[in-house]
Amino acid sequence: MASELLRLEKVCKSYNVGLPTETEVLHDVDLRLDHGEFLALMGPSGSGKSTLLNIVGLLDRPTSGRLLIKGEDTSALGDAAITHLRGHTIGFVFQYHLLISAFTARENVMMPMLVDRRFPSAEIETRAQQLLAQVGLEKFANNLANNMSGGQQQRVAVARALAMNPDLVLADEPTGNLDTKSADAVFELMRQVNREAGTSFLLVTHNMELARRCDRIIEVVDGRIHA
Amino acid sequence: MNRWLPFEWVTAVRFLREGRLQTIFIIGGIAIGVAVIVFMSAMLAGLQANFIKRVLTSQPQIQLLRPDQVARPLRNGPGEIEDAVVQRPSQRVISIDQWPKIRSQMLAMPEITAVSPTIAGSVLAVRGDSSRAVTLTGVEPDTYFNIVRVPDYIVAGQARLTSDDIVIGIELARILGATVGDKLNIQAASGAIRVLTIAGLVDFGNKGTNQRATFVALRTGQSLLGMIGGVTTIDMTVKDIYAAEEIAKRIEAANPVEADSWIATNAQFFTAVRAQETSNTLIRLFVGLSVAFGIAAVLVVSVIQRSKDIGILRAMGTSRGQILRVFLLQGGLLGFVGSLVGAAMGAAALIYWHSIARQADGSELFPLILERRLFILTALLATVTGLLAAMAPAVRAARLDPVVAIRG
Repeated sequence: MASELLRLEKVCKSYNVGLPTETEVLHDVDLRLDHGEFLALMGPSGSGKSTLLNIVGLLDRPTSGRLLIKGEDTSALGDAAITHLRGHTIGFVFQYHLLISAFTARENVMMPMLVDRRFPSAEIETRAQQLLAQVGLEKFANNLANNMSGGQQQRVAVARALAMNPDLVLADEPTGNLDTKSADAVFELMRQVNREAGTSFLLVTHNMELARRCDRIIEVVDGRIHA
Repeated sequence: MNRWLPFEWVTAVRFLREGRLQTIFIIGGIAIGVAVIVFMSAMLAGLQANFIKRVLTSQPQIQLLRPDQVARPLRNGPGEIEDAVVQRPSQRVISIDQWPKIRSQMLAMPEITAVSPTIAGSVLAVRGDSSRAVTLTGVEPDTYFNIVRVPDYIVAGQARLTSDDIVIGIELARILGATVGDKLNIQAASGAIRVLTIAGLVDFGNKGTNQRATFVALRTGQSLLGMIGGVTTIDMTVKDIYAAEEIAKRIEAANPVEADSWIATNAQFFTAVRAQETSNTLIRLFVGLSVAFGIAAVLVVSVIQRSKDIGILRAMGTSRGQILRVFLLQGGLLGFVGSLVGAAMGAAALIYWHSIARQADGSELFPLILERRLFILTALLATVTGLLAAMAPAVRAARLDPVVAIRG
C-alpha cells in the first residue's frame, strides 16, 4: 500500500469571515494524496479548485479543518516553518507568469536552491543544468525567460519546480495556455518525472483528455469533492 | 549569476538591472543630490578655512590686557555711603602688572603654543608736511611673528625690526608718500620722538588696518610710549583654535588680566560662519529628504510591478525576511551607486569652479579641499538614506500575501 503524502480533513475555507459578505468556498473537504500519485483536479471555474490548490500548497490556510503533510499537522506551524516546509516539500507550476523575467532559464531553475542557504553552492549550477537537460532545454539555459516560447517557459517552470526534489508538484493548469503539441509535451514530461522519481503531482486542468491519463481524477463542484 | 553571492544580493541587482531606465533615472536624481551636497560642503569648508586662516594669522588668538581701571571711592568711616554715580576714570596706557610672571605661566600651559609680550599705543607718524595718527605696536619679532604672521603679509621690503626699523601698512605709506628705506618721524603723546627707517610694507587686506598698522621692536615701542620694561598686552596662540574662548576664560579667572579670545573679538564673523553652516545643513537635509522620497517612490512602483515575482519567490520557499532584504538592498544599492556618481560629479564641479572663481587680486577664492572623509561620509549617508527610504516598500513587499501576489 502506498504511503500517505498529504491528507485534508474536513477543510473549510471562507473569505470575509465575520462580515455580511462572508463566503464559504470549500466545504468539509477530505482528500488524501499518496506518494508517487498523479492526480487530476477538475471542476468548473469558481468551484474552489485554486483555493484548494493554495491550501494544499501552504500558500493559504484553511478556516477550519486540518492539513497534514507527511503526517505533520500544518495548522500549528508558524509562517517561517510553513515557508520552510513549502520550499522543501512542494514545487509549483503556474498557468500564467511562469518564470521570473529578470533571470535566464538556468537562473530561474537555480533560484529555489539559492533561496535555501543549505543547498551546497557548488552543486547549484550543475543541478540546474541537469534539470534543464531533463526537460530538453539545455541549449536554452542562457536565454532570458521573455525570449522563450510559452511551452519552453512551462518546461523550465517544471524544471524549477523539481529543483528542490519536492515530494509534491502542484500544477495549476500548466497546459492551459499551450497549443496541443506543447501541452502534450509538458504533460508527458511531468508524467515521466512522476514515474521515474516518484514525485507526486496534483494537476488542475480543464482538459479531460489529459485528466484521463492521470492515476485518479478528483472533481470539485461548489466547494465539495466528487471523487 | 554568481552562485556564491547570497540570493538577496543576486535578486536585488537583477531587479535593478531589469528596470534599467527606472534605475538610471533614480540614480541620476540621487547623484545630483549628492553632487550638490559634496560641492557645497567642500566649497564652504574651503571658504571657511580661508577666512579662518586670514583672521587667525593677522591677529592673536588670545590677547591678555590689563583690566580696566576703576574708580576707588574713599570712605572716611563706617556707614558712609558713596555717591550713586561714580565717574568712570579715563584709561591710561599702563603696563600689565608682573607681566614676565604671567608670561612664564602662559608658557607653562600645554594648550598654548606661542606667547609674545607687546606694547601698543597711539603715536603720530610724520613725514614732511603730512602726518597721521597711527597705532604703534612694539613686538619681539621672534615670538610675535609666530602669532601674527607679519612676514606673510609683507608686500615690499622685509619684516626686519631692529631698534631703528619700522614696518608700516601700505595705505599709511601711500598717505605719507613713503616707501621702503624712507625715514619716518614718530612722535608720541609724551613728547618722545624717534626717526625710524621703513623696513617693510604690509598689506592685511583691510584698508583701515593698513592705514593704522605700524610695527617696531619692543624696546623701541617701550621707549616711545614712555613705558620702559612695560607691556600693554600679551599675545598668544593656542593648539585648538575653537577652544580659545574657554582657555581665555580660565586664564582670566586665574590671573589679574583681561583675556580676549579671537572668537569674542570676531563675534560677527562667527555668526556668519554659523549662519552659513545652518543653511548648509538645511540644504543637505532637504536634498537628503528629496533623495529618500525619490528612492521610496521608485521602490513602491517596483513592488507593484514585481508582485507576481514576489508571489513566485514566496511560493518557492523565500521567507518574508529574504523578500524584505531584497528590497532594502535595492534601496541601499541605489543610494550607494548614486553617491559614487554624485561624489564624482560634485568633485568635478568643485575643481572646475575652483579654477574659474577668483578673488579681486586674482588669488583663489577658496582652497580646494577634497577630503576623503567627506566622500566616505556622503556615501555612507546616501546608502543609509537609501536603506531607510526602502524600508516602507520592503515591508510592503514582505507582507504581500503570496496568493494575492501570484494572482496579481
